[in-house]
Amino acid sequence: MLGFIAARLVKAVFILLAILVLNFVLIHAAPGDPAAVMAGEAGAADEKFLQDLRERFGLDQPFAMQLWTYMRGAVQLDLGYSYRQQMPVAELIWDRLPATLLLTATAFVISIVLGVTAGVLAAQAQGTWWDTLISAVALIFYATPLFWVALMASLLFSVVLGWLPGFGYQTIGANYTGLDRVLDVGKHLILPASTLGLFFTAIYMRMTRASMLEVSRLDFVKTARAKGLRNSVIQRRHVLRNALLPVITLAGLQAGQIVGGAVLTETVFAWPGIGRLMFEAISQRDYNVILGVFFISAAMVLLFNLVTDILYGIVDPRIRIAT
Amino acid sequence: MKAFWFRYRQNRGAVIGLVILALVLLCAVAAPFLFPRSPWSMVQRPFLPPFTMDGLPLGTDALGRDVLSGLFHGARVSLLVGLVSTVVALAIGIPIGALAGYYGGLADDMLMRFTEFFQTIPSFALAIVLLAIFQPSLAYVILAIAIVSWPPVARLVRGEVLSLRHREFVEAATLSGQSNLAIILKQVLPNALPPIIVLASLMVATAILLESSLSFLGLGDPNVMSWGYMIGAARTVLRTAWWLSFIPGIAIVLTVLALNLIGEGLNDALNPRLRRRQS
Repeated sequence: MLGFIAARLVKAVFILLAILVLNFVLIHAAPGDPAAVMAGEAGAADEKFLQDLRERFGLDQPFAMQLWTYMRGAVQLDLGYSYRQQMPVAELIWDRLPATLLLTATAFVISIVLGVTAGVLAAQAQGTWWDTLISAVALIFYATPLFWVALMASLLFSVVLGWLPGFGYQTIGANYTGLDRVLDVGKHLILPASTLGLFFTAIYMRMTRASMLEVSRLDFVKTARAKGLRNSVIQRRHVLRNALLPVITLAGLQAGQIVGGAVLTETVFAWPGIGRLMFEAISQRDYNVILGVFFISAAMVLLFNLVTDILYGIVDPRIRIAT
Repeated sequence: MKAFWFRYRQNRGAVIGLVILALVLLCAVAAPFLFPRSPWSMVQRPFLPPFTMDGLPLGTDALGRDVLSGLFHGARVSLLVGLVSTVVALAIGIPIGALAGYYGGLADDMLMRFTEFFQTIPSFALAIVLLAIFQPSLAYVILAIAIVSWPPVARLVRGEVLSLRHREFVEAATLSGQSNLAIILKQVLPNALPPIIVLASLMVATAILLESSLSFLGLGDPNVMSWGYMIGAARTVLRTAWWLSFIPGIAIVLTVLALNLIGEGLNDALNPRLRRRQS
């Protein structure tokens, strides 16, 4: 098991290094002077400032040397400086990261719980109108743009019905403490997290349903039935446990999409996370921030994949042996 | 072909999908004839609600532009981006998958690590990075979408090629002295086509969603009217003119839904053995 984890860890580190190289190449592939790219299209980028940047980042040195300087900085979590916000990029990201982690983790839990439950229900009611309904709803969610659902949800639940706050992380100026603060943030979290989770709910539902139906045709389920086990026991202990394996794989693969979706949800709901940071950076052409968020979100995805890989290894011993 | 159509027709959803897609396609083709003026031009006072004025059935947006005209012209962009980016993604993914599956060994290892890399990094964030750095234009939007969507193609093609690689007809072709390239192109790939077609139809749907998301964030081509842009531009007036965000969203949902339904229908029709078992 340890060897298995180590192998995955080494792979993750290699991917992160490759992303750094990609980031570096992108800065240099951008049209125009890399110094100007780093400075952002700040009007303040006069010739002296650019020259300072060139010296500081060794842009007058050979390419390989520049790459080395860049990588060395990035490994020490120096993700450059945002000349727009007058702050190191790493600091900007650390400030915003907790909000994004809270949002994506909640959305993930919502989508897994709802998706698996709906999938199990649909599979058990296969062929009935109940199954048709759940499947149809999932199909529609699957075709709906995330940012649009977010807008419509904020329109309905916040503007029209007035049930939930439609933007922000907490009530401004309320200065709640303790439990009140938790409840306040929780209230603000409901809309962004459930809209972000919706699309993935549809995916997990379809996957769980298909996988449950697949597994229930296998021989060991017949054996269980022949043994005279109750149907609920068969479904829970034999079918669901095996049916969840592909769902775990899928959850790992989808992690990147949830992080990407956070850019859209955070933009609509003014949620102060790294997705919103990226959106602001796009309109300001603040490249260092954009690349920094990209790097950190990739790191988040890798970490998540690592966790699902390990989970998978625990749930299904065959995987461990295979690697 | 007749048998194919017969099997496709069995899936009612797929037929509905085909009808919806045909309508969207019709809108896209008819746009320049029905709305010869640029969808960007101002035609009436701003914020005209739908169904209040003859000739402007869906009203006008915050700058007095015709919403219906935008919708028709947007259909062109969505379908174009969806189709072309899928073709480009296939052009990247098929060769990589075919080479990896056919030659195996080191080539397979290297190509698959490369594919895995692109599959692991968050694709939407990568598309944002690409478009933020290279100025957004239709060509770059298409390229960015293709770059983030080819890995599943490569994996699928590799799997198919691996399973076909040692079949008798491929060995017969090898014995008859055909070159590797000819074998891949003439023997192996044609047999791997059905699942590729199914995947491609679903990729068009995903590409349309991706394009709308990018345009919503302001990373679309600033010179072409698109559904995502319309929603993004109307976002700030959601409270006062909700229909400006609502209407283009419905267009996206219908188009993407249609393509997904078609994908399922194609799957049923092309892989009769793998049909969704309707027990």
